[in-house]
Amino acid sequence: MEPILSLVNFSEKSTVKIALVGNPNSGKSTLFNALTGLNQRTGNFPGVTVDKKVGTARLNDSVVASFIDLPGTYSLYPKSLDERVAFDVLCNEENEEHPDLTIIVADASNLKRNLFLVSQVIDLKIPVILALNMMDMVEREGDIIDLVRLSERLGVKVVAISARSKQGLDDLKKAILQPLPVPSYDFIDIKKIAPEIIERMKTVVKVKSDFMAFQMANNLEDLNSEFRSKRSDKIHDSLNTLLIDRNKLQAMESVERYKVINRIVEDCITRKSAVQSRSFSHKLDGILTHRIWGYLIFLTILFFIFQTIFFLAAFPMEWIETMFVTLSDWATKTLPPGELSSLLVSGILAGLSGVVVFVPQIALLFAFIAILEDTGYMARVSFIMDKLLRKFGLNGRSVIPLISGVACAVPAIMSARTISNWKERIITIMVTPLMSCSARLPVYTLLISLVIPPDQRLGFFNYQGLILMSLYLIGFIAAIGAALVMKWILSAKEKSYFIMELPVYRTPQWRTVGLTILDKVKMFLWDAGKIIVAISIILWFLSSHAPGNRFEEIEKDYPQKISSQGLSPDQLNSAIASKKLEASYAGILGKAIEPAIRPLGFDWKIGIALVTSFAAREVFVGTMATIYSVGDADNTQSIQDKMRSEINPATGLPKFSMAVGFSLLIFYAFAMQCMSTLAIVYRETKKIKWPLIQFFYMSALAYLASLMVYNLLK
Amino acid sequence: MHTILNMKVKLKNLSQLEVGQSAVIDSFTDKLMALKLLEMGCTPGEIVKLDRVAPLGDPIAISVSGYMLSLRKDEASTILVSTVKQKI
Repeated sequence: MEPILSLVNFSEKSTVKIALVGNPNSGKSTLFNALTGLNQRTGNFPGVTVDKKVGTARLNDSVVASFIDLPGTYSLYPKSLDERVAFDVLCNEENEEHPDLTIIVADASNLKRNLFLVSQVIDLKIPVILALNMMDMVEREGDIIDLVRLSERLGVKVVAISARSKQGLDDLKKAILQPLPVPSYDFIDIKKIAPEIIERMKTVVKVKSDFMAFQMANNLEDLNSEFRSKRSDKIHDSLNTLLIDRNKLQAMESVERYKVINRIVEDCITRKSAVQSRSFSHKLDGILTHRIWGYLIFLTILFFIFQTIFFLAAFPMEWIETMFVTLSDWATKTLPPGELSSLLVSGILAGLSGVVVFVPQIALLFAFIAILEDTGYMARVSFIMDKLLRKFGLNGRSVIPLISGVACAVPAIMSARTISNWKERIITIMVTPLMSCSARLPVYTLLISLVIPPDQRLGFFNYQGLILMSLYLIGFIAAIGAALVMKWILSAKEKSYFIMELPVYRTPQWRTVGLTILDKVKMFLWDAGKIIVAISIILWFLSSHAPGNRFEEIEKDYPQKISSQGLSPDQLNSAIASKKLEASYAGILGKAIEPAIRPLGFDWKIGIALVTSFAAREVFVGTMATIYSVGDADNTQSIQDKMRSEINPATGLPKFSMAVGFSLLIFYAFAMQCMSTLAIVYRETKKIKWPLIQFFYMSALAYLASLMVYNLLK
Repeated sequence: MHTILNMKVKLKNLSQLEVGQSAVIDSFTDKLMALKLLEMGCTPGEIVKLDRVAPLGDPIAISVSGYMLSLRKDEASTILVSTVKQKI
């Protein structure tokens, strides 16, 4: 054993900054959740769209730890965005997230590959603890890991934990507060591989280890831009006479690392039985990736998810609606009539109810997606779908963005980052918004229930549910169709990869699922919510105000004009309200676009909703609510009934006929009406052209499809 | 053809193995692919087993370094393997 040269001790500090690193599927996030619980929040690393999860936990009476959960990576080569963030946080002392201590989480049941990242972090020579996770699984399989020897060989403190069953967490907390050795010896002698590079690097940048110097020289283009801009000239000057074959050096480093790792694994693990332990996972794979059962099970799961969401979410949604109706009634009665009460009821409350009513659906969808990911099933779906999706210019990993797109295109597009191939990733990003997201769901729900009676059944199935499922299917077909077109148009920049771990199946963790739901719902309520409420208020203004004194004229003239028709006071009020809306700014806007949308069967009221929902689709329902409630705010009859009872003056039939309803449904299925998605596409592609292309191709598709549907059903 | 202990061993590529068959990784034919594979624990001398083939014939799943990895056939074909066990 090498002599320990230096120790760090955190027990005297009041806060310790700790970074969690580890491979994907190592249980890193489980540990983060177990340690921090509800004391966590999600943000962004400055300048990039990588999720930054931070949280706190108390270590003892005087010391609090602030944790940062770095993205899961297999290595420290800063090739992908996620790896770059992890690399920069660990290596760059100027990074404000640079930790006092790094905890590496490694899956003990998959030690060999996990030790690769461990060895790289050790060679950075920063304070490190190795948390050996899933020790319960290792024990169940009958293997024995000699922790003392492992700790000696690695030169770091090793703590055995089982993050899922929360075992060993106290040991881990105690270990943080004990004096810790700073790794002092080289895991591999990187100087042997690239002596001159390291020597020269060390003359121009201050680094803690040879490996850090090697990594920086070898991955100069991929370093954090701020860090690079300060130093790259100096580095270039010092390295420019050297011929560096980066790929060769990296390959040599990898091989060297695994040589040492193999010796350590052989030394520290006593295996009871060489094979057969993972038989359950293998058997399950036999069914779930079977050429018939595999696809059938996948389709069944999707079908089950949609049916569940449609029915299960309906109950809480009704409660929420009732609550808001009661609240509006109460506010109307209690507050003195006037601008303020009108703004509160028709603007703010109407907008809020349009946001909150989504929460049950979003929670359920993200729950299902979290479960599918957590169990390891999603990786199998990628496995069985890769060849099929590749034909359409996509990748097996596109399954995750496409399915997540059913919940929300924003996180879905972010998850496309795991696709390393540029072309496949761009295509995935471009077509994912065609998948029907949860923001469309309320629009669908409202329109379907308007045009299809609720008690209609086709055999065993609810007709409304079937229409809903077809809309999702149409979205999927449009997505792969668009992908196929783009596959022909775009030229490939590099080879496509599909090198992916198939993790062992595990039971889903309700804690993880619960925290995911909480996180996504919070994000939705805040991110989408503020836009929707803001737009609701703008809309309230537009629809309750008019240029000049148009309103006054209507109120003056109208009663006289129609007094001869013998209308009741109620009918009169309603007629005035509708006339006022037509005269308002919103009416003017809606009428301005009416000629363009009339071929689709839409009138100016729908026109207003189309204009406002270009900010976000779900605004449609809120807009409809505002449009139909403005003018008679004391009548809070549900929006659906109001729309249903509206009569088309030209035909004398209900305005929301089958043709109009389906034309609108198709329009909403295809149109790009989400500012957040366009913003995220810009951030992910770093080019303005991609969101623009996306906006125009989807809008054109929506218009044409809608035109066709309306004329076929008219 | 490689010569190991005077025995002539014919190298295959990984995608030519049959389901359930094991082999030892010898070398790589694609430099960039090799970097990714090395990082994931596919190092020369390591034993690999072809576990299963996806329903549509591609990709495949292999056992390597104690876990299961999925990769496409054309990626697997850049890994040269020998089916005779080498002494390490």
